[in-house]
Amino acid sequence: MSGLEVVKPGVLSLLQDCGRYGVALQGLSSGGAMDLHAFGWVNRLLSNHSNAAVVELTMGNASFRASCDVKLALCGAEMAAKVDGLAQPNWQSFILRQGQLLELGYARAGLRAYLAVEGGFQVTETLGSVATVTRNRLGGLRDGLSLQAGDRLPVAKQLLANFHSEVPKAFQGRYPEQLNLSLIESYQAPLFSESAKRAFYQGEYKVKPESDRMGIRLSGPVVSWQHAGLVSEGIAQGAVQIPPDGQPIVLMNDRQTLGGYPKLGCVARLSLNALAQARPGTGIRFVPADLDEQSEKWRSFLRFFEF
Amino acid sequence: MTLRFEPVSETHCIVYLSEVIDPSLAVSIAALAKALQAALPSALVEVVPSYTSLLLEFHPLRISRKQLERAVLEQHALLQSGQASGHAQQQTLTLPVYYHSEVGPDLDDLAASSGLAKEQVVEIHSQQVYTVCAIGFAPGFAFLASVDARIAAPRRATPRLQLPAGSVGIAERQTAVYPQQSPGGWQIIGNCPLALFDPKHSPTSPFEVGMQVRFEPVSREQFIELGGQICQDWK
Repeated sequence: MSGLEVVKPGVLSLLQDCGRYGVALQGLSSGGAMDLHAFGWVNRLLSNHSNAAVVELTMGNASFRASCDVKLALCGAEMAAKVDGLAQPNWQSFILRQGQLLELGYARAGLRAYLAVEGGFQVTETLGSVATVTRNRLGGLRDGLSLQAGDRLPVAKQLLANFHSEVPKAFQGRYPEQLNLSLIESYQAPLFSESAKRAFYQGEYKVKPESDRMGIRLSGPVVSWQHAGLVSEGIAQGAVQIPPDGQPIVLMNDRQTLGGYPKLGCVARLSLNALAQARPGTGIRFVPADLDEQSEKWRSFLRFFEF
Repeated sequence: MTLRFEPVSETHCIVYLSEVIDPSLAVSIAALAKALQAALPSALVEVVPSYTSLLLEFHPLRISRKQLERAVLEQHALLQSGQASGHAQQQTLTLPVYYHSEVGPDLDDLAASSGLAKEQVVEIHSQQVYTVCAIGFAPGFAFLASVDARIAAPRRATPRLQLPAGSVGIAERQTAVYPQQSPGGWQIIGNCPLALFDPKHSPTSPFEVGMQVRFEPVSREQFIELGGQICQDWK
């Protein structure tokens, strides 16, 4: 049944889940929610399956109208949500009655908010996932398109249990203007010169406005690469690629599957959740991290959210 | 063939099988990828084979990096000794191509710069049997090696903004068909009228890494009959 109508899709609203897997062999990107922390919580608040489809709002300025009573939750970037003009706090579940309007402003802190409905949005999967990958023209309501005004998002039967849940304060995301990212050195790290690595670790980078779901582009000290080009190889989530201009790009969910630029390693998965919320201009520093330690943290994260 | 297994992140490892590109290697890498997927159906969530390497994404609650390394070494050894089935027969995919300047705007220049007649370029391109070495760049875009050195040509200095679906291009010693309309810098010599990527079909593309591919020249009439379209507006 139709549950929520997109009145205004805002800057970019996309249906997402954990992503599409088993498709890289065909050259397709996984897609999926960029910030798995806020994504995990928004489904948790509604006791949804951990892979339930949600709407990822980038930058905000969107609105939705309920076509029937629905139980929703909102997590992630602070977008000053309002229900029929009254403030609706972030990181909580709430009920939107038939005909009521949910409005989100422009993001004030963080970049991406996640809107979930009880039971998850009921959208037909493409190749095993609802994830919208615009550049592959795949997923979402149709052909990888972002949500458009007038789109109707189907929902499951709503139980509407009248208690509201809230993410404990300590776990609510905070989105600072300076981020330290843990970096796991791998790939071509041993081939970069000492001075290139010094520039990389000692410098401060800024998130460029042309960052998107493919990659977070940074500007700052040049990281030089003295060797020839590489044979193209598979690119992991969070890989830090150094193109010929020496300005790092952190490759994210919609990245190309193969690439021939040298890579210093990968941003740790937990740091990627924070990076997904970094607005243009956010200051970035890289800190070398231990693989085993980060792996243990990531396993705890996966266990907690049952991913 | 020696193998190097390296961690990449909490969820990824990469296996390097060689330092140099060799089409026959693609066949071994594809076989290893398949064998691992069959052996670890739930723990291995993604495989990305390329020219000399295989990137593996694993679910860290279902398998440890050490266990994955052991599985890689084990499957590799099985393939080396020829016991595994993945090694067996190779399929050949034959693709019709209309080679002509009206669908291949770089054909004339490529012939001129190679010192060959257009007919010779077509003959050389269509007589070779290629191997799918990698799939990437765009959905269903298969990198095919190796193009005969006589017709190898560099990428265009300025990529075209829009190539029609089916465009057959050459870049150095690689050739490929653009499955969807896209920008591209390869030198275009013809067009394949068949649909090579359809997300509504499973599989979405006829290509598999390690597969053999041939091109078969067809006439303008056959091209149109097979659903081919002549692009009027090259950008």
